[in-house]
Amino acid sequence: MTYILIFISAIFVNNIVLSQFLGICPFLGISKKINTAVGMTGAVAFVMTISTIITYIIQKTILHPFDIEFLRTITFILVIAALVQLVEIILKKVSPALYQALGVYLPLITTNCIILGVALLVIKKDFNLVQSVVYAISTALGFGLALVLFAGIREQLSMIKLPKGMDGIPAALITAGLLAMAFMGFTGIVK
Amino acid sequence: MKDSKFKILVNGLITENPIFVLTLGMCPTLATSTSAINGMSMGLATLFVLVGSNVVVSMLKNIIPDKVRIPAYVMVIATFVSVIEMLIHAYFPALYESLGIFIPLIVVNCIVLGRAEAFASRNTVFRSALDGIGMGLGFTLAITLLGVARELLGTGKAFGFIVFPDQYGALLFVLAPGAFIVLGYLIAIMNKLIRPLTPKGE
Amino acid sequence: MKKLSSNFLNMVSVLSGIAVLAAFTLSFVYSITKIPIHNSQTFKLESAIRAVLPPFDHFDSKPVQMKDGVEVMKVYKAYNKNNTFVGAAVEATSNNGYKGPINVLVGFDKQGVIVDYVVLDQNETPGLGSKMMNWFKTRRGNQNIVGKNPSIANLSVNKDGGEVDAITAATISSRAFLFAIRNAYFAFESNLETTSGISTVQADTHKVLKEKIFKVNNVEKKGEKQ
Repeated sequence: MTYILIFISAIFVNNIVLSQFLGICPFLGISKKINTAVGMTGAVAFVMTISTIITYIIQKTILHPFDIEFLRTITFILVIAALVQLVEIILKKVSPALYQALGVYLPLITTNCIILGVALLVIKKDFNLVQSVVYAISTALGFGLALVLFAGIREQLSMIKLPKGMDGIPAALITAGLLAMAFMGFTGIVK
Repeated sequence: MKDSKFKILVNGLITENPIFVLTLGMCPTLATSTSAINGMSMGLATLFVLVGSNVVVSMLKNIIPDKVRIPAYVMVIATFVSVIEMLIHAYFPALYESLGIFIPLIVVNCIVLGRAEAFASRNTVFRSALDGIGMGLGFTLAITLLGVARELLGTGKAFGFIVFPDQYGALLFVLAPGAFIVLGYLIAIMNKLIRPLTPKGE
Repeated sequence: MKKLSSNFLNMVSVLSGIAVLAAFTLSFVYSITKIPIHNSQTFKLESAIRAVLPPFDHFDSKPVQMKDGVEVMKVYKAYNKNNTFVGAAVEATSNNGYKGPINVLVGFDKQGVIVDYVVLDQNETPGLGSKMMNWFKTRRGNQNIVGKNPSIANLSVNKDGGEVDAITAATISSRAFLFAIRNAYFAFESNLETTSGISTVQADTHKVLKEKIFKVNNVEKKGEKQ
C-alpha cells in the first residue's frame, strides 16, 4: 500500500519538476523534441535508481554510524559523478545499442539536480531501501511524464509566431506554469 | 585592460545575468523565491559559494591536471556549500528550514560549476573574485526581484511589509505555477529592456 | 607556473590532496557549528513549550513517549518551583494532512484545558490549509479551540458533527489538525496519573478512554491504518 502511495504521489501529486522544482535545466533545455525527452528520461531513471541505492547504503553504513554526516553533500556528489562516468564506460562496452540511445545525455546528468535531490530527499523522508528505490523510479517516471507532455506542447508552440521578447524561454516558462496548474488538480488524490 | 575589471563586475549583473540572460540555475530560482527574503537569502548563499569556489579554483588552476579538473572543481564547490549549509543551520535555523534541500543543491547549480570552468580556470584570482561577485549579485538581484514579485502578487506584502490587504492577493503566485509564470514574464520584460544594450553579433 | 600534466600520479595526488583539505575544512567548521546547531534546536523546543503553557519553572526534558499504532506522541510535563504540576505540552502528529504529516505542540493546563498551540511542521497549501497556524486560536465564530477541554467539548469539524468551524476551503487540513489535537489530549490524559518511572504506556490499556475521545472519527482512524 505505501509503495503505491509513494508511486502515485511522486508522479502526479508532488511531481518532481512541476511542484518540487528539481531538474528544471533539462526540462527547459532538451524538451524541444519528444524523442530526446524520452531518451533523457531513460538515462535519468537508470542513473537515479543506481545512485539512490548506493548513496543510501553509504549513508546508512558509513556516514550515519561514524557521525560524519557533514561530509554528506561532498560524498554524494562525488559518488554520482563517478557513477555517471562508470555507467558511460560500462554501457559503451556491454550494450552499444543502449549507449547509442542514452550516451549523449549521460554527461549532462551529473549537474542534473534531480539525482542529488532524490538522494538527499529519501534520507530526509526517512525511507527504507525498497521505498527509496520505488521513490527513485517513480520520480524518474514523473520527470519523464512532465518532460514528454511539455515537449509535445513545445512542438506545437514552435509553429506559432510569438512577440519577439516572449519567444523561447519566456513562452516555455509560462507554458510550464500552465502545466503546473493542471498538475495541481491532482493534489488530494493521495490523502 | 583597466576598464575591463569594471566590465567583469557589470557583466554578471546585467548583460550576462545568470537568470535573465543565461537562464542557468533555474531550480533554486523557482523553488526558493516564494518570498522576497527567502529569495534573497538563497541568492546570498550562492554568492558566497560562487566567490569562494572561483577564488580557490583560480588559485589551484595550475596544479590541477586537465583530465580531473571537473571532479576537482566539484569537490571545491561541495566544500563551500557544506560550509555555508552548516553556518546557516547554526545561526539562522528558521532560514535553514525554509530553504531546506536547496542549500545542498547549490552544488549542482550550473552557474557555479559553469563559472569555475569558463572563467576562474583561465583568469587571475582577483578577476575571478570579481566575476564571482558580479555573477552572484546578478543572481541575487534576479531571485530577489522574482521573490518580491511573487510575494506582492500572492500575499500583498513585500519583505513582509503589507502593501495591500492579502484578500486581494492571488495565492496562485506563491504556489508552483506562479513561479513559472512570473519568471516567464520577468524574462520577457528583461529581453525587451536588455537586448538593445547588448552589441549585435555577440 | 606550468600546468601539471595529466599523468596518473599527478591526478591521484592532486585529487586526494583536495579531498583531504576539504575534509579538514569541513570538520573544522563542523566542530565550530556543532554546539550552536544543538543549542538552536533545544532552544526552539523550549521556547515552543513556553509559548503554549502557562508560566512554569522547569519541564521534563525527557518526554514521556507514547506510541499509538502509527503516531508517536511526546508529553513534556511542566512544573512549578516547588515541583507542583502546572500542565503539559504534547507533541502530536497527524498523517492525514493534505500534503503530508502535520506536527503540532499543544499545551494543556492541569485540568486538561487547551492553553495554546503551535504548529511545528506542516506542508499544507499556503493560504488555505496553512492558515491553521492562527485559525484555531482566533476568536471568530466557532473556530477557536483555545480554552476548551477536549474531554467536554467535541473538537472535530462541524461537518463531522463536531463543534469547530473548519478553515474555509481546507476541511481535510482542519480535520487532520483536530485529529492531532485529540491525539495529544489522549496522550495527556493517559499520562496524567502515571509516575515518572513509567516511560511508555501501552495504548491498549486505555481503550475506553480513547473510544470516548475518538467517538466521532472512527472512519478517519481506519483510513489511516491501511
